[in-house]
Amino acid sequence: MRSICLYFQIHQPFRLRTYRFFDIGNDSNYYDEYQNRFIIRRVAEKCYLPANKLLLTLIRRHGQAFRVCFSISGTAIEQFEKYTPEVLDSFKQLAATGQVEFLAETYGHSLAGLKNKEEFKRQILMHSQRVEELFGIKPTSFRNTELIYSDEIGATIAEMGFYSILAEGAKHILGWRSPNYLYYNALNPRLRVLLRNFRLSDDIGFRFSNKAWSEWPLTAEKYVSWLNAFDPNQELVNIFLDYETFGEHHWKETGIFEFLEALPKTILTQSNFEFHTPTEIASLHQPVAPIHVPHATSWADEERDLTAWLGNELQEEAVSNLYALVSKVYACDDPSIWKDWLYLQTSDHFYYMCTKWFSDGEVHKYFNPYPSPYEAYINYMNVLSDFIIRVEKNSVGKLEYEGWPSLKSVYEFNNISGPPLPFVTQAPHFVRSDKKSSKLMAQPSDLIHFSDRKLKSALKNTDSEFIAKIIANSAEEVTDKILRNLTKQRGEEVKELAHEIKKVSKKALSEAVEEILLHIQK
Amino acid sequence: MERSSIAYHARLNRTLRKININELKSIKAMRVLMFGWEFPPHITGGLGTACYGLTKGLMKHGVEVIFVVPKAYGDEDQSAVRLVDASDIVVDPNDSEFKGLWDRIKYMEISSTIIPYVSPEKFEDMKIREELNKHRDEQHVLSRKYEFSGKYGPRLLEEVSRYALIGSALAAKEEFDVIHAHDWLTYPAGIAAKNVSKKPLIVHIHATEFDRSGQNVNPEIYEIEKRGMEEADFVISVSNFTRNICIEKYHIDPDKIITVHNAVEPADNMESPTVERNLDDKIVTFLGRITFQKGPEYFVEAARKVLDRYPNVRFVMAGTGDMQQKMIRRVAKLKMGTKFHFTGFLKGNEVNKLLAMTDVFVMPSVSEPFGIVPLEAMQSNVPVVISKQSGVSEVLKHAIKVDFWDVNALADAIYGLLAYPKLPEMATREGKSEVDNLKWENAAFLVKQVYERAIRLSSSN
Repeated sequence: MRSICLYFQIHQPFRLRTYRFFDIGNDSNYYDEYQNRFIIRRVAEKCYLPANKLLLTLIRRHGQAFRVCFSISGTAIEQFEKYTPEVLDSFKQLAATGQVEFLAETYGHSLAGLKNKEEFKRQILMHSQRVEELFGIKPTSFRNTELIYSDEIGATIAEMGFYSILAEGAKHILGWRSPNYLYYNALNPRLRVLLRNFRLSDDIGFRFSNKAWSEWPLTAEKYVSWLNAFDPNQELVNIFLDYETFGEHHWKETGIFEFLEALPKTILTQSNFEFHTPTEIASLHQPVAPIHVPHATSWADEERDLTAWLGNELQEEAVSNLYALVSKVYACDDPSIWKDWLYLQTSDHFYYMCTKWFSDGEVHKYFNPYPSPYEAYINYMNVLSDFIIRVEKNSVGKLEYEGWPSLKSVYEFNNISGPPLPFVTQAPHFVRSDKKSSKLMAQPSDLIHFSDRKLKSALKNTDSEFIAKIIANSAEEVTDKILRNLTKQRGEEVKELAHEIKKVSKKALSEAVEEILLHIQK
Repeated sequence: MERSSIAYHARLNRTLRKININELKSIKAMRVLMFGWEFPPHITGGLGTACYGLTKGLMKHGVEVIFVVPKAYGDEDQSAVRLVDASDIVVDPNDSEFKGLWDRIKYMEISSTIIPYVSPEKFEDMKIREELNKHRDEQHVLSRKYEFSGKYGPRLLEEVSRYALIGSALAAKEEFDVIHAHDWLTYPAGIAAKNVSKKPLIVHIHATEFDRSGQNVNPEIYEIEKRGMEEADFVISVSNFTRNICIEKYHIDPDKIITVHNAVEPADNMESPTVERNLDDKIVTFLGRITFQKGPEYFVEAARKVLDRYPNVRFVMAGTGDMQQKMIRRVAKLKMGTKFHFTGFLKGNEVNKLLAMTDVFVMPSVSEPFGIVPLEAMQSNVPVVISKQSGVSEVLKHAIKVDFWDVNALADAIYGLLAYPKLPEMATREGKSEVDNLKWENAAFLVKQVYERAIRLSSSN
């Protein structure tokens, strides 16, 4: 079997406003509302909405055969909620098809993976929960900010129970080897590593509209002929792109949407590649070898290293000042501090301080709202100075605040570990029907996907004790849904029981959920 | 023996035939007749320094320069040029050729005393000297020999006219390929030389009347500048900022204006003066004439904002000018007299000392054709904040640039450099290497290309 994996990154930072030093201590509104709204709306109109619409059409047209994969940063999700809820709705529609995988990433699109392991895990947990809430699917594969990867980052991700991780197929880590195979993490063989084929990815991402390029214009046929030219033993091609490639980096006039529309059909009819998503690939393919990445790589610039974010002393200084706050921030009980803490970690702020664009690259300049790294640094440090004052004030005399997603819950998250499984695409009952082969445990949240009618009849036939266990251990969303589908009397009874039961083990909880699922399937 | 000699000559003849006659011409060094108003060490501003750097750069590219100044003192560095003292040139006022020329240019002779480059104090000083020297200066501008003051004195326009006569005399006497005139004072000389020799003329704009006088433009000088640019085959501007002024205010054809940014002489290898700092306070410096053009009031306003937040800092305003008293009053009004210092006019070594003490250098110019001082500050390892309305901002990456009127941005930049230590650290290190690469040799190469184009164009006409 040969697989092609289409992955799209969706990220938008909370851009900072011009924040002068005399605002420090006086004004804690850091963000450029106007610009953020303007950009989100523009990109939504040019890219997210039309591209999502097209993907939905393609999924309907090609059925099970077409699949794609996304990661949406927490800061992007929040801005969609704020400025363009219709974008979130269209992603939910895609999620409902069951043929779209959503990957976990750090909530703030941060560099936490390089700077603080605890914060890294917290943010992944936070992001996974948010994705699950929104799309009803718990992420089972991971991709880090800007494809930053190292053996150590991979090991942490494996520890958290993810099946696969995305990384750059950088020349200096591959050497003579090809990115077109599945690899595994050098420290923990359980974690599969999917390496980006940067040539084929950049053919679309960078070169598609470049008329000076010898291959211009790029057609789906030509592209598929390149896929067919690979050695038949090469079984996996990973195309990882910024989603903004479609409509924003290449305007619709360049024919990029037509290209995307033609691609699935051409691949499915003119090659022996099939579309799969990272979690599916982890179970479908045998990894060939470990990939050793002692020093972190990314998908940025020629060097594929970290110098776009941590390449000069300004960046190092800003980042280390930020992460020096970790323990104090955890003691804060002010929700606005938690938010700013995440937003200020977004890697873009450090990217703006990069001095490389003096010599290297249009790309940096294009994405940079500041005239020079010096201005970016001054502005960020002014904001950070104010943030530090707030954190110092709020954290005085406090220990860790309980309202934070605690590390304990991070470890509970590990329960998805086990051998790689097929990426579960359809609604959860699809899995439950094949319980034996599935090591995935049922979750209370699985229940919210069912219609009230189905749930109502299933609950009628389920022992109150099971229902009470779920009520006692689930999110409000789930309990509400269950209680809504019980008679008033039974609801009171179950609630009372739940009060007595309190906490049960994960396993017991899972069994309780399965009990209900069993009745639904009948 | 004889046969081999014959063979040798045959070979030589064949070789000579192969050499294109044009190639031989180009082997001959290009020679430039260059008109300037000052030459180091006798300088009052950036013009003389720029001319010196440029001529040294041109020498490296094999260009010979005959440099004409109104008055030579004998102690100029003549390693790169042959300096011609216009005061030594004898003209015969009765020569009909000069008479005709004089009739054409004497419209410039006006009685008003305009002194464009001079501060009020100096003007006073000069007036007194002028009185004392009157008996000597009574020689008529049309006498056979004329002693130029070479200063920007009250008889400037008269000197400019006389200098044009010299230009014409030299053009007849010297051999050269192209004429190059620096700033308006020398344009009439350049034009005169072009008329006599029919060689191409290049005028070099270091500053325009709009930069010097803001909106109070002297119409005579504007006329001289405009005519110089019009008569020139090519115009070299020191920045795109200046180039735009030439296009917009002088209506010069953009195709013939070429920007060649100034460069900077490498810093002396001498140790920068060690200055004992007895103050814990950091120092922020403004260095330049205290005139409207240099934007001193923006510096003062920004100082107040910074001091409100960052008390351990002192501001220094070095220089003199017609806005000095106003600035002193404003500083008093803003109640920062103990933190804001005026030094008056500083001489060479004092400037170096001040720069050695400085933590942040600020140039908030309203209109600055180029602006060499920030480059000198960067050479002395001082981070700089400059206005976007300066030509030098076009060549610098490692300077913080603000709009001159944006006091908040200016204050923010100064604060950033004071409060966040990594910032000056990187800006000075990168800035130094950036400035070290702004070489006159490179600027001179571009100037030489302009010469070549001008020569090609005029010989094809």
